Amino acid sequence: MVVARLEMRGISKEYFGNKVLKSVNLSVAPGEIHALVGENGAGKSTLMNILFGMPVIRNTGGFEGKVFIDGKAVDITSPEEAMAHGIGMVHQEFMLLPGFTVTENIKLNREITRPNFASRFFGEKLETLDFYRMREDAKKALRRMELDLDEMLPVAGLPVGFMQFVEIARELDKETLNLLILDEPTAVLTESEAETLLQVMKRLSSQGISILFITHRLNEVLQVADNITVLRDGEVVAELESRKATVDQLAELMVGRKIEVTSRSERHSTENVKPVLSIRDLHVDMPGESVHGVSLDVMKGEILGIGGLAGHGKIGIANGIMGLFPSRGSVYMDGKEVRLNSPISALNSGMAFVSEDRRGTGLLLEESIELNIAVQAMQSQDKFLKKIILLRIADMKAIREHAQKMIKELDIRCTGPDQLTRRLSGGNQQKVCIAKALTLEPSILFVSEPTRGIDVGAKKIVLDLLVRLNQELGVTIVMTSSELAELRSICDRIAIIYKGRLEGILPIDASDRDFGLLMAGELSYHRKEAS
Amino acid sequence: MNRENSHKPEWSERIKEWARDFGVARSIILLFLVILLVAALIMGLPMSQLFSSILSRFGMNAILVLAMIPTIQSGTGPNFGLPLGIACGLVAAVLSIELDMRGFQALFFAVGLGALLGAVTGYLYGLLLNKVKGQEMTVGTYFGFSIVSLMCIFWFMAPFKSPEMIWPYGGSGLRVTIALQDRFDKVLNNFMEFEVFGASIPTGLLLFVAVFCLIVWIFMRSKTGVALSTVGANPRFAESCGLSVNKYRVIGSVFSQALAAVGIVIYAQTFGFIQLYMAPLYMAFFAVASVLIGGASLNRATVWHAIIGCFLFQSILVVSMPVANVLVEENLSEVARIIISNGIILYALTRREAGGDVR
Repeated sequence: MVVARLEMRGISKEYFGNKVLKSVNLSVAPGEIHALVGENGAGKSTLMNILFGMPVIRNTGGFEGKVFIDGKAVDITSPEEAMAHGIGMVHQEFMLLPGFTVTENIKLNREITRPNFASRFFGEKLETLDFYRMREDAKKALRRMELDLDEMLPVAGLPVGFMQFVEIARELDKETLNLLILDEPTAVLTESEAETLLQVMKRLSSQGISILFITHRLNEVLQVADNITVLRDGEVVAELESRKATVDQLAELMVGRKIEVTSRSERHSTENVKPVLSIRDLHVDMPGESVHGVSLDVMKGEILGIGGLAGHGKIGIANGIMGLFPSRGSVYMDGKEVRLNSPISALNSGMAFVSEDRRGTGLLLEESIELNIAVQAMQSQDKFLKKIILLRIADMKAIREHAQKMIKELDIRCTGPDQLTRRLSGGNQQKVCIAKALTLEPSILFVSEPTRGIDVGAKKIVLDLLVRLNQELGVTIVMTSSELAELRSICDRIAIIYKGRLEGILPIDASDRDFGLLMAGELSYHRKEAS
Repeated sequence: MNRENSHKPEWSERIKEWARDFGVARSIILLFLVILLVAALIMGLPMSQLFSSILSRFGMNAILVLAMIPTIQSGTGPNFGLPLGIACGLVAAVLSIELDMRGFQALFFAVGLGALLGAVTGYLYGLLLNKVKGQEMTVGTYFGFSIVSLMCIFWFMAPFKSPEMIWPYGGSGLRVTIALQDRFDKVLNNFMEFEVFGASIPTGLLLFVAVFCLIVWIFMRSKTGVALSTVGANPRFAESCGLSVNKYRVIGSVFSQALAAVGIVIYAQTFGFIQLYMAPLYMAFFAVASVLIGGASLNRATVWHAIIGCFLFQSILVVSMPVANVLVEENLSEVARIIISNGIILYALTRREAGGDVR
């Protein structure tokens, strides 16, 4: 049997007591294309960070398990060492210098130089670049992908797809490269660009380079991969040959998990209820989460979940409606149109928002809890103000009383209403954000990623709180989350967003397979095939 | 990070925290002041005179320091463009003489008109600041320098007629220094002035400053003031509250330049002279340094920071001058002023935290 190019055995990793990888095994043969699939947060990136020796791993206490390259046990502690072992990685975000040419980017920090007069005195940092040989090398790397690209063009004007190829060429140019890691390489590409990339991958593997690639697009996996490893919650749930796998099967494996016990006593039926909020053809220009024409109805009294993979625009919807990012389309609240691109009119029409960007948008970190809770209501609804002659002055006593009430009701753990929010734990910060939104007495509450970055115990408390608000105060809630299990535990219906569009709405008891298919966009893929 | 925050902090922790909040810079300045005071005592310098001098110089500069608060709170940093407001105040003061006003009438005319002009130019300056987000301090500094030079032309060209102000040997243009002896020199200082242990207390001046402290304090607690602070603390948060970030930055600039105009009139009142031409060039730096010594940061400042800072800064200047004169027979006071003010600004700049509008 051939010795595996890469073998990872029993890899486990903890982040602050949170197990993100549980004894993962992975093996890649020479010249094999191996796909790694899984939901956001399944542990794919962590696994790749371990393999590539990223400092974040070491800084958070290292990992357990062993890594073998070509049969030899290795201990990779830095990206430089990983490169020395022949591992190259193309990251999701491009790491290119836009003003430099393709050649310069490919040879960056590995330039070929000639000694000259100055360098004899001042060392090799001052040697002249040997542009001729650098161009030759760049050409060679591009030719291996059978690409026709002028190596002297500046990177800035290239189409996104070509930038990706320049990244790959940079890795190919390293003589020792024999394992290439691609982190969601097709996420930013158009369909034809993705097609070319897949062909390039096949070509490289026929030259003996092993490729490990991470993706959400299941049809691509089946198209190019030899073998597939499915990760879920930090565990390998399946290793299969792609010849024998189907899209349905992968979708189910990716999503399937025990649904946590629901904390809701009863769910609303959405039939015969009037929509309280109607979204029509909403476009939102939010970087990384853009929305391209979503139409959606939110029923009175329900908890609507919005799910989907990261980067597909589910987060953009609430941000767009609340006027935080440029948007167009129309939104009707109780039949009345709400002006877009205007946070104040969104707030005045009875909507409130708990932002996913808790520390950036959600809180004044250097201010007290009481002020954080009161400020939004003070500015948009003139609450907590008393009139002295002509001036409206903040009523500190009312603010304090209200904060104390909220601290008690939401069980915010703090030293007092005057504590700075920066000093609170993630869960308690989230409660302050919710208290802030509740102070507006909204009829619709948008909640984005309410459990991001908070520990497991606090997650449940936050979710229970949302359910309580819905049941006791009758607040309609629209919750956006990357964690499907979380949505399924408290929502009435779940809308899945794919590529900025509504892919479908499912009841919470729909099968894992259906959710997986919607999230991977397989339905629209097949629709397109059929038409 | 998951530690509960509910327990009360220990006393030792509290003292540590208090010491940290007090800050290294303030501690050093305070220590320096104490050393100077001890030296002054040993040398037998007249303490009562020093004390009244401190009070008088504190009142003289306090409103200029207060002018820093609205801009710092609205997120545009300390107002390095202060010479703009100062120029407005000077124009108003000069006009009061041209119109032959005297005493309180002249003072209140200058304060009122100065504040009005300051507000108008502050509005325009605010529009400029909104175009250069992230570099308000650098732009403000050079804007201030430019305004001083531009006003030099104005002082030279303006058709003022009053013989007290134009060059005595004829020609056109205003003098560099205009005496206020018969106008509003020390009208506030002398108002209800009294003596305690030989130190004279400038009651009127301190009352006037107290009123302005109160105005700023109340403003910062009004709906507009809270909005302004919110914009400065976190523009994204402010937007999500439905606030227009640009609008409140302009309001901060308007208020600050109006205070600067009032501040320079009070300064001239205590000093006894109106100083034109290059005199306002570095005034912004002393005011910035004062509020920073008081414990303000580049994005948070309160009235207390301004009061404490102004008092510490002026105390050092007042006490260091005679002490240095006894020790080295050279006038080191001006040197000390420049070293302290620039040193403090430098210190604050190095401690600037990354942040602001990150999108």
